[in-house]
Amino acid sequence: MPVQLFVTCLVNSLYPDVGKATVALLERAGHEVEFPVDQTCCGQPSFNGGFAAEAKQQARQTLDVLDATEGPIVVPSGSCAAMIIHHNPELLHDDPDYLAKAERVAARTHELTQFLAADGDPGTPVAGAATTTYHASCHALRWLGVLEEPKRLLDDAGVDRIELAGEDECCGFGGLFSIKAPEVSGAMMNTKIDQIEASGAEVVVGVDVSCLLHIAGGLRRRGSTIRVRHVAEMLAGDAE
Amino acid sequence: MTTFRNRVQDAFATGVPIAIDRGARGHYDKRVKAAAVFPQMEDMRDRARVIRAEVIASLDEVLAEFADAVAARGGKVFFAADAAEANDYIVNLARAEGVSRAVKVKSMVTEEIELNAALEAAGIEAVETDLGEFIVQLAGEKPSHIIAPVLHKDRYAVGELLAEQLGVPYTDDPTELNDIARKHLRSRFLSAEMGISGVNMAVAEDGAVALVTNEGNGRLCTTAPQIHVAVMGMERLVRTRDDLAVILEVLARSATGQGLSVYTNIVTGPRRSGEPDGPDQFHVVIVDNGRSATLGSRVAEILYCIRCGACLNACPVYRHVGGHPYATTYPGPIGKVLTPSLYGLEEWHELPATSSLCGACQEVCPVRIDIPKLLVELRQQSTGHMPRSIRVGLAGFAWVSTRPRLYRTLTRFVAFFGRWWSKDGWLRHVPFLLRGWRIDRDVPAPAPETFNDWWRKRGA
Repeated sequence: MPVQLFVTCLVNSLYPDVGKATVALLERAGHEVEFPVDQTCCGQPSFNGGFAAEAKQQARQTLDVLDATEGPIVVPSGSCAAMIIHHNPELLHDDPDYLAKAERVAARTHELTQFLAADGDPGTPVAGAATTTYHASCHALRWLGVLEEPKRLLDDAGVDRIELAGEDECCGFGGLFSIKAPEVSGAMMNTKIDQIEASGAEVVVGVDVSCLLHIAGGLRRRGSTIRVRHVAEMLAGDAE
Repeated sequence: MTTFRNRVQDAFATGVPIAIDRGARGHYDKRVKAAAVFPQMEDMRDRARVIRAEVIASLDEVLAEFADAVAARGGKVFFAADAAEANDYIVNLARAEGVSRAVKVKSMVTEEIELNAALEAAGIEAVETDLGEFIVQLAGEKPSHIIAPVLHKDRYAVGELLAEQLGVPYTDDPTELNDIARKHLRSRFLSAEMGISGVNMAVAEDGAVALVTNEGNGRLCTTAPQIHVAVMGMERLVRTRDDLAVILEVLARSATGQGLSVYTNIVTGPRRSGEPDGPDQFHVVIVDNGRSATLGSRVAEILYCIRCGACLNACPVYRHVGGHPYATTYPGPIGKVLTPSLYGLEEWHELPATSSLCGACQEVCPVRIDIPKLLVELRQQSTGHMPRSIRVGLAGFAWVSTRPRLYRTLTRFVAFFGRWWSKDGWLRHVPFLLRGWRIDRDVPAPAPETFNDWWRKRGA
């Protein structure tokens, strides 16, 4: 059975390399990868912002596209996976047709590292000795319980990983929150970056590009040499 | 009123006290440790949630049972529709009984109704006797945390304040500071004609009110004066003493990491004949002040709250700004839902928006209130207050999202022209909407080719 890739809008437009690495990992694990080309945005930004009508439009589009496919759906983003798994059924509770679709699709959807870990992928040793630390993105952690899976995958791949103090503290992104309250958001990000710098890591990794782009933007502003990578890129051997 | 964002900017400009972050993290860490050595914690949280949910679902009935039980024990119950009614009742009672001084146990609901100001306006001295609350009162400030009112001050600031306000020699030794406050308060306890407390939880079956403190001031305030007035939010009830026991199991652990607070008083009515101590009068003032409306709303779940403060301690926003920028009685995650639901979104729509929806609050809530979900619900009710650029932008993005071919064309267009806007993968010019970002972060640029295009070329 094929695996369906839901790549997310941010990966599609900002970080296609994360999508390519995801394809490489899935194929390496022996899966046939399909990419439904009519996918767009899952609607998470609208949903989180309180724009239910817009979120429903995007959720229905996503469900129409994904429900027409078969096999597990893999998402290289904790927050978008949480949207599909948890929030779509909530959002569409008063729409019987789409609620059924939402529940079917939710049952097939997996965050990437949880999928790979459950798959029993032994991992391929990653070249390079950069010291790496893992930031636990909030939605992946608290809505999906993603924490040990990415760490185990990194460890199995022989990545030199050190723990991040405060790994479960929010980086302050929060989508519209960072636009509506940039000062608080920025203060949270600076705390996170202080923690990353204090860890001594050369690379910080995560499972959600939205948090990663926020952290990367702050690190660059500081002139830091610490690199930011998605776990998929690390596992695919693309840490540079 | 100033905006939340302005208040945060002001707080940052003057420097948010380091004590806030340290204090909140300290309480949070203690909670983690307490939960780790109490294997029943998760089970107790489930039970506490069920207990509170059932009370809120049949609040009318539980309130009536409680009121009858208080009356049967010789107490008086007054239902106050709003803050003014509650304050009037207490002020009139104080006047009728010739009260010139009232001693108070820390109580957030009396902060909410601004009882101290009402008493002072009537010429009645109101003395806060919880150490933190006493310091806040001396400083003329508001509490910055619902269980640790003076979290924003360290002991040096407290030492300076006491020296200035009480004319005592400066000290920053916590034991000495405690002694100064104790000495100052002792005569007030003994001379006050009225003791005013909040209610941590009231018990419907026997009309008892439970008070949880760590300083013993609650015990003094509710026994030494002749009159005890207990003020409670309308929702602060459990049905039975057994249910109370469950709530107490999670309350102190969630708040301060204690298995049980140092003092847990359960007060049932005025002194009965044959009893040596206790007040002659016992009044319970039950405050609605917007709670009925919340009860009938889509965020009624917020009324399960038992006011432990764990969500404040866990919240990264709270840790960074403290309680004061919220400009309301109840700061932090709980306050972001409670304040707009009590006083209206029209004035308070900013608070639900000021969250990254990280979910740290929900993770620690002893009654598992789904705070992020309630925040999203309130956001749905206040999208009209969002900037026009965001509203139009999201509507446009959603419209394009339902047209995959157009979406592909536009994202390809953005990818193609991105090269003129960017350098090394970062935007050279930040869009106006993201101007707040420019303060301390750069903005990534679109990649030169979308994943979608890469995939289609790959297959070709």
